Amino acid sequence: MEGLLAQAKKVAAEAEVFVVSIEETSVEFEANRLKHIQSKETTTVALRLIRQGRIGYAVSTRLEDRHKLVKIAAETAQFGMLARFHFPHRTTYPQVEVFDPGVESIAIAEMIRLGEGLIASVTRHTPDIVCEAGVTKAVTSVRILNSEGGQATYRQSTFGLGIRGNLIYDTDMLFVGDIEISGHPLPESGVVAGRVIQQLELAKNQASLTTRKLLVIFTPRGVASTLISPLMAAFNGKIVQEGASPIGSKLGQQVFSKKLNLADDPKLAYRPQSRPFDDEGVPSQHTPLIQGGAVMGFLYDLQTAALANTQSTASGSRSGGGLPAPAPSAFVIAQGDTTFDEMVQDIKEGLVIEALMGAEQGNILSGVFSGNVLLGYKVESGKIVGRVKDTMVSGDIYRLLNEIIAVGSDARWVGGHLKTPSLYCPGLSVASKK
Amino acid sequence: MPTKEIAQELAETLKGFDADYIEAHLEETETSHLTYRGKELESIGRSSSVGGNIRALVKGGWGFVSFNHLDELRGKVELAVREARLAGNEKSRLAEVEPVVDIVPGGADKNPASIPLAEKKKLLDEYNEIVWRTPKLQTSIITYGDGHKKTIFLNSEGSYIEQERADITLRLHAIATEGSDVQQAGLSIGSRGDFEVISGLHQQIQEKVEHAVALLKAPQVKGGEYTVVLDPVLAGVFVHEAFGHLSESDFIYENDRLYQIMTLGREFGLRELNIIDNPTLSGLRGSYKYDDEGVSATKTYLIWEGKLVGRLHSRETAAKMKEEPTGNARAVNYHYPPIVRMTNTYIESGRASFDDMIGDIKEGIYAKNWYGGTTSMEMFTFSAAEAYMIRRGRIAEAIRPVVLTGNVFTTLKNIDAIANDLDMNQGGGCGKGEQVPLPVSNGSPHIRIRRCLVGGK
Repeated sequence: MEGLLAQAKKVAAEAEVFVVSIEETSVEFEANRLKHIQSKETTTVALRLIRQGRIGYAVSTRLEDRHKLVKIAAETAQFGMLARFHFPHRTTYPQVEVFDPGVESIAIAEMIRLGEGLIASVTRHTPDIVCEAGVTKAVTSVRILNSEGGQATYRQSTFGLGIRGNLIYDTDMLFVGDIEISGHPLPESGVVAGRVIQQLELAKNQASLTTRKLLVIFTPRGVASTLISPLMAAFNGKIVQEGASPIGSKLGQQVFSKKLNLADDPKLAYRPQSRPFDDEGVPSQHTPLIQGGAVMGFLYDLQTAALANTQSTASGSRSGGGLPAPAPSAFVIAQGDTTFDEMVQDIKEGLVIEALMGAEQGNILSGVFSGNVLLGYKVESGKIVGRVKDTMVSGDIYRLLNEIIAVGSDARWVGGHLKTPSLYCPGLSVASKK
Repeated sequence: MPTKEIAQELAETLKGFDADYIEAHLEETETSHLTYRGKELESIGRSSSVGGNIRALVKGGWGFVSFNHLDELRGKVELAVREARLAGNEKSRLAEVEPVVDIVPGGADKNPASIPLAEKKKLLDEYNEIVWRTPKLQTSIITYGDGHKKTIFLNSEGSYIEQERADITLRLHAIATEGSDVQQAGLSIGSRGDFEVISGLHQQIQEKVEHAVALLKAPQVKGGEYTVVLDPVLAGVFVHEAFGHLSESDFIYENDRLYQIMTLGREFGLRELNIIDNPTLSGLRGSYKYDDEGVSATKTYLIWEGKLVGRLHSRETAAKMKEEPTGNARAVNYHYPPIVRMTNTYIESGRASFDDMIGDIKEGIYAKNWYGGTTSMEMFTFSAAEAYMIRRGRIAEAIRPVVLTGNVFTTLKNIDAIANDLDMNQGGGCGKGEQVPLPVSNGSPHIRIRRCLVGGK
């Protein structure tokens, strides 16, 4: 890394080398049986430089490609954006616990046992179900070195356990599933199995909806599949900077229900999105985004922050191997005090959404969505009576989140990016096939 | 050491292991990209990547090892075999194919990496200029990406195949705003490395940009069932999403109940309906000579005269279902093992004209272009990027983009007219599991669907 940086400094005023290496092992089950064991090693080397005031960039899989990286980065700098920032100096980083050596040492046999246990629990409940499951462990190493003296490194462990089940009767198909991800090894599969079994229980009967405007409860998975993509876009500093975020001009204003609180938090211990610094070497911070329904801030990387005359929120992310861009680490919606059962009991006729398909396909910036209920249940007189099918719902996330009736006391992680409780909202439009 | 020599050495190594089957992929990729966000060129970069993988089969279990470093490959083969042994506990089954030794020239594909960045930038500058001339347009994102890939495939049966492919995509999102209302329109075009294909789009881009602005005034349709006419682009997405994925045998081969639904001979639609997957067409983004298991590409009829007649296979799914391999095992890159994928998938032209099709529609929707689509096998949703009301047999006012959804089986049966104007769309990238975006193309003539569920107010 030092060699590459030294060479880059010869052609550029400032330079930065970013290296990420991932070692991943996964055990995968198909049709209820063990099918694949996979090991993947990936290295990405990115050189970013500022040459004659402009940003140049090159990526490779090999540190040895020194000459090529410098040549390409210098070439692209002829056309690159004007740099409005300097690479960060050496600094101190917050203590964020993200590495558990226990993940690295967990044996493949143990991962197989976990996956088999998970499938056994689900098939014991519903013998006809066909499941795909995966158990994955990974260790990621991140290193940053820049010409301004900045240098930083961390290792991170992640362990994931997921299952997707498919149950078919004639041409009727039911899809259930869940996932759990942690920075620690997961000792058992009971939590994930329990959630899937609950989905199977609730979906046992079928029910049809009659009303066109309904009260709706989004479970944590429902929140993830319906409401989060538009919010992630709306709080992205780059989209705000471009004037394309519907809340971009509403800093400090009450836009959402007073019951809603949202923050971006990369400092939670042993979470897969946590880290001591972002992909530009800026120390991680907790960033409040919504407090009591008011817009509190947006997410920025160095360049976007400079353009917007503000500070980076340590949200520079290089997913996909490109230049850093603002992205959330983990969205955390604060939990409320209403239990899921209390929400259900409150509803005369309504809908519980566990998974919505297609909501992210539309115009996510506007907040208006339509989707097909992949897994959802009808509520009738305070009870879940069965699964709904052939049902399309549409709504506006800004209206839904402004009119929240209750926030659940059941906050949990959905994958790595989101921790959320159930949300109970009015006014979802429903179109069902007769 | 050059990748070619490494591959030849590896061919020897593969022979000495106690496994039912072993294959290796080695890959060298060059890519470049330019992204405009707003007025400025936001990102420009080039990347190069070298990597490979080893896949081993022992007693029906697969081991897979991927890597960026091409040294100590023997150790990686050992690891893959060890993993396969841990996973396997039945009989390995792979459809028999003749070993192939072939070096496929990259001739048909131009290498877009050889076009200077300045030239690519000049074209995007012109497009961006069009965007910024348009009033009320808030911002736009224009993304250009190209790639050139050389792959070497070899296996323990003696196959050795070198292939090259090039790929170009251009995507435009135009974003118009008024108050807190945000509307978008876009364009997505791809080619097999031919820069010309994305060069003359000035007029089209002008139209898309104007459409984004026009949407600010457009009403949202009332949700419900409509007679819907799909343009070739959206119908192509429909055939890919709603039917194509169901034809992928890896979903079917170990799922008895799905197998019963997908029984060959089952009637899916009207007699005029023919659906085909064809990687042998020249110059399309889903085209190739050999798939990533070294199996020759073949044209596969999925539906013929409305009846299910075929499906897409890897060597394993073909053997397990006792059908012929079709050469549809593809991997998005060396980080992943090949799985059953589509290539160029389309509905064949019918006889109706577009005017006939809309002529007797009192109130319906004409849906064009796409944002995206997804499927859960039985149910699908796909989003049109542009939509218009059809009133009394004519195209009427523009409406906001619609999401269409339905049950695959009923919707295919509800197709009641197929036009004579097949067109292939090269802008798509297909996702399955983590493997995205895989270059594919979709196509269709205009089609009409009765009683299609549309999301709305």
